[in-house]
Amino acid sequence: MVIDSLIAVAALLLLAPAGIALARSPLGRPAIYGASLALSLGLTAIGIVSLLGTHDSAATLPLGLPWLGARVRIDALSAFFLIVVNAGAAATSLFAFGYGRHEEAPARVLPFYPAYLAGMNLVLLSADAFSFLVSWEFMSLASWALVIAHHHVRENLRAGYVYLLMAAFGTLALMFAFGLLAGTDGHYAFADMRAAPPSAAFAAVVLVLALIGAGSKAGLVPLHAWLPLAHPAAPSHVSALMSGVMTKVAIYGFIRIVFDLAGPPAWWWSMPVITAGAVTAAMGVLYALMQRDLKRVLAYSTIENIGIVFVALGLALAFKANAMPFAAALAMTAALLHVLNHSLFKSLLFCGAGAVLSATGERDLEKLGGLIHRMPQTAFVFLVGCVAISALPPLNGFVSEWLTFQAILVSPQLASWGLNLMIPAAGALLALSAALAAACFVRVYGTVFLGRPRSEAARHAHEVERVSVVAMGLLAAACLLLGILPGYAIDALTPVTQLVAGGRMPVQAAEAWLSIVPIAESRSSYNGLLVFVFMAASGMIAAFTIHRLASNRIRRSAIWDCGFPDASPLTQYSADGFAQPIRRVFGTVVFGARERGEMPPPGSTEPARFSATVRDPIWDALYAPLAGLVAATTQTLNILQFLTIRRYLSLVFAALVLLLLVLAAWP
Amino acid sequence: MHGLAFDMAHMLAGSLVVVSFLELYQDRLLALINVYAVHALVLTLSVAWQAFVQDAPHLYVTALIALAFKAVAIPIGLRRIVVRLGIHREIDNVVGVGLAMLAGIGLVALSMVVMLRVTAEADPLAREDLAFALSVVLLGLLMMVTRRNAVSQVIGFMSLENGLVLAATGAKGMPLVVEISVAFSVLIAFIVIGIFLFRIRERFDTVDVQALDRFRGERQ
Amino acid sequence: MALIHDLVFQGAQMLLVLALAPLLTGFVRKVKARLLRRRGPPLIQPYRDLARLLRKDVVLADNASWLFRVVPYLVFAAVWIAASLVPTFRTGLLFSWTADLIALIALLGSARFFLALAGMDAGTGFGGIGASREVMIASLAEPAMMMIVFAIALIAGSTQLSTMAAFMNSPEVGLRVSLGLGLIALVIVAIAENARIPVDNPATHLELTMVHEAMVLEYSGRHLALIELGAFLKLLLYVSLIACLFAPWGLAPATGGAEHIAIGVVAYAAKLAACGFLLALFETAIAKMRVFRVPQFLGAALMLALLATLLRFVSRSF
Repeated sequence: MVIDSLIAVAALLLLAPAGIALARSPLGRPAIYGASLALSLGLTAIGIVSLLGTHDSAATLPLGLPWLGARVRIDALSAFFLIVVNAGAAATSLFAFGYGRHEEAPARVLPFYPAYLAGMNLVLLSADAFSFLVSWEFMSLASWALVIAHHHVRENLRAGYVYLLMAAFGTLALMFAFGLLAGTDGHYAFADMRAAPPSAAFAAVVLVLALIGAGSKAGLVPLHAWLPLAHPAAPSHVSALMSGVMTKVAIYGFIRIVFDLAGPPAWWWSMPVITAGAVTAAMGVLYALMQRDLKRVLAYSTIENIGIVFVALGLALAFKANAMPFAAALAMTAALLHVLNHSLFKSLLFCGAGAVLSATGERDLEKLGGLIHRMPQTAFVFLVGCVAISALPPLNGFVSEWLTFQAILVSPQLASWGLNLMIPAAGALLALSAALAAACFVRVYGTVFLGRPRSEAARHAHEVERVSVVAMGLLAAACLLLGILPGYAIDALTPVTQLVAGGRMPVQAAEAWLSIVPIAESRSSYNGLLVFVFMAASGMIAAFTIHRLASNRIRRSAIWDCGFPDASPLTQYSADGFAQPIRRVFGTVVFGARERGEMPPPGSTEPARFSATVRDPIWDALYAPLAGLVAATTQTLNILQFLTIRRYLSLVFAALVLLLLVLAAWP
Repeated sequence: MHGLAFDMAHMLAGSLVVVSFLELYQDRLLALINVYAVHALVLTLSVAWQAFVQDAPHLYVTALIALAFKAVAIPIGLRRIVVRLGIHREIDNVVGVGLAMLAGIGLVALSMVVMLRVTAEADPLAREDLAFALSVVLLGLLMMVTRRNAVSQVIGFMSLENGLVLAATGAKGMPLVVEISVAFSVLIAFIVIGIFLFRIRERFDTVDVQALDRFRGERQ
Repeated sequence: MALIHDLVFQGAQMLLVLALAPLLTGFVRKVKARLLRRRGPPLIQPYRDLARLLRKDVVLADNASWLFRVVPYLVFAAVWIAASLVPTFRTGLLFSWTADLIALIALLGSARFFLALAGMDAGTGFGGIGASREVMIASLAEPAMMMIVFAIALIAGSTQLSTMAAFMNSPEVGLRVSLGLGLIALVIVAIAENARIPVDNPATHLELTMVHEAMVLEYSGRHLALIELGAFLKLLLYVSLIACLFAPWGLAPATGGAEHIAIGVVAYAAKLAACGFLLALFETAIAKMRVFRVPQFLGAALMLALLATLLRFVSRSF
């Protein structure tokens, strides 16, 4: 199995130079994306077979460090993430068949796309620290190249710069983490690290470093600053991959280090993870509500969902540390299921945003509107994505949210005071972010697709290519299927939870009517299929009865609007206006949101002006001072450029004397 | 699981905490005085229940004192002062209601942690009532800290004192003489504060503590 | 045989909630009118309103989409299913294992989601006002509701409504502080979710005062009838929820005979009447809050519910 996957990855790597060669020809796009699609599907199949077959396969390649080789391995965890990554990659490759036609610089996108896919898969397959870090950096570099593909837009260059900085910072943290795990003897293979877990103090440092390193790639607050800059800057199908898939690779890295390699967890490990997750979820969705750019909203919403995953992972860590394997399996299943669900609906939403962008040329929410009439199929699948991400039954977002809440309800059995105070607060923040996410996506869908068009571009939009709509439709269908038949997915995850959390949930496929029962039937259960059937049945019965027995006539007329003879689409609610109540309630405290109205004096014919200012607290508190500090330090150190020859010689002399002193004093 | 005695005592102590939160939520002075009257009423019920459960008739007298003074006489007196001073329409929060309530939740959590840890081997009924009483005390202090108006600060002080009485009656056997002295000291403090409020208002036309700060002697 | 039995009761429950919902609203309106010294409309006036609306033509705006036409059926279906799963006169509903209380709240959330979208579809200022205020209220009411569910689920040991109602009716539950806090918070959330005074005024059509009415301003005919029926069902759902969790006396057990069922039905009717009366009294006695005081009101509910959950986490006897 693992050799087959390596062959597929090698084929993806070979596509990169092929992309350079074929970029100008009309064959390039179908060839590259078609081959990526086929290879991604193959890798998904390999992942499914490995996960269901529950046997690991490993190999050692004669590359990399000479005394180590490059170890590759597929176990249950990497098999699951292979499925997640490659299913998303397949869907976006299919979408890019049609969307890629609008790409104005294909030579900058086509070579790096398969390289990016190859990098992500290599991270999942690596079984030693060296190949892991090399693949991680390769993945970052390939995606950086894609972020700055449209380099004539200035923000994209800045986005690429910040992305590169944060990626390098994350890799540094991971390097230290792996260094601590490898110990002084340099056992870089994962198998050796597993056999010799570090001491408690070192394990704590490894946890913090993994949280920083993998968390910055996943988008944990406060290390998230690159994400809303970089994800919108890339072409839309690449944004779908970065948000939906690369963040999951980061979560894989976190799970691998903290749950697998760092040894048995201590009782307090879950506390920073849960805190980081809860704060990330709440802040992410609040940021999303303040944005005007469609892709930025989706990027911040990714941050929110990553927060939810980390809360579930923290709960799993707490249960594992307390020797409660069933509860740990429940929390881990919730986290992994949310990973899968989020990759599906976030890819769907980003592809939809790409469709809107290619149809209208606009990303600004204030310039769209009424697209449901011009792009009906895109509107329908985008609606499915919005309903899924708002965690509404009967779609898949609700299932993982429900499982997370069930895990929270088991947690009073944990015997720790700190956790008993922290978990209800985290649960409240989670519920708050779920409600705010629904508000955010009502805003997005209502402003983009509903209402009346706010600009010429929206008025003249047209439906996108059939193949892109099919790709989005497949993702929407997957969301529905996972929502109404979640039991099969939960059963498929048992090898992973067995490996990582040490326990498993009860067999779901045996439950009556395909419900899911996390603990016991009398305690809680949910049946997505029946909820869906009941809703459809009652809606149709109501429609049928009323149309037969009462009236079914429709008349079209001008809009009522309480009798106002309204003409302009500008009188309808704007995106900023929609968010104003929430901005006033939450934003005054969190973002320092202020509204100011300037009224002209009486008798003057000038217009009144209204301005609302929002400040990013994390940028002001963390990044701006850091950047200032770095700038000030480098400014001070700049004097080293302008010394005389005598000064340089004395520097060299001083360094030499210092080293000799250290050597003399070394015990 | 536990008997009616336990549950009823718990319910009344918990209601006292809830009424303290209600006090934090108010921003009009007259409404605040009414809620304080309810606070004293719940305290009365709680002390009366303790008297019934512990079979201690002197606690009935304590309850009666609480009812007569704190639930009836003091609210009426404060009401008259407030209307006399003409400040019954003022809003006097320093921080918003939401933040104050969030801080209140934090304080309740803190008092739970402290009390239930420190008294790990005591009787469960007494422990948890003590935890609630400490919460009421801390919430009274929070109210004194987050209000500008001197009258609201007085009410915060009164609720704090109610919390202390709750703690004292929760533990078995508090002598009546302590209660009488406590009540009298409260009464005297109240009279003094009332007189001062009138004098301050006459001199400076305001009882806003921040404005009063400007007139302190050692300020330049 | 037992399956048929349970199926009959589940079906009876579904029809019962559908039949009683307009009556509850009519009762509340009548009591409010009487308290204001008016005679008020007859108790069956909501039924007449629905029948009248069903017979009329639907007048659609020119730019209304297919979503606008589908939303009333979706909203009605979601709320009806949710209302059928709350025990009214008997616990042990056959399909109560399909959706527990968390799923119920999420079903109501999806009804609200689609209604807000329909408000945006109109493309006018009114729809936008209604939708944006509605989601602001929901962003505080839903977490408060979720924390209430946590608090009660931690006491009852389950999130399934039939199990919770049966537990509340048993002698094992004592007077718990968390239950008291949960009750207050649930009443506040119920008022907010059902668009009652002091959060929203169901009898007004003034822009300043409307939230729910603004979202459905453009609906007419059978669509409006379904949305109104959905609103009636939602009120019935919340009243039944408060009744079965906090006043479960008289609830027939799953294995009860005919006399238990009769007592259950009579008890349920009494609870509906009592809650309707208290709601009318409360609405008459208090004024509507201005819009930006509502977040403080709901924030208080969220804090109380959070306190209730916190107390349950901290100790078993709270």
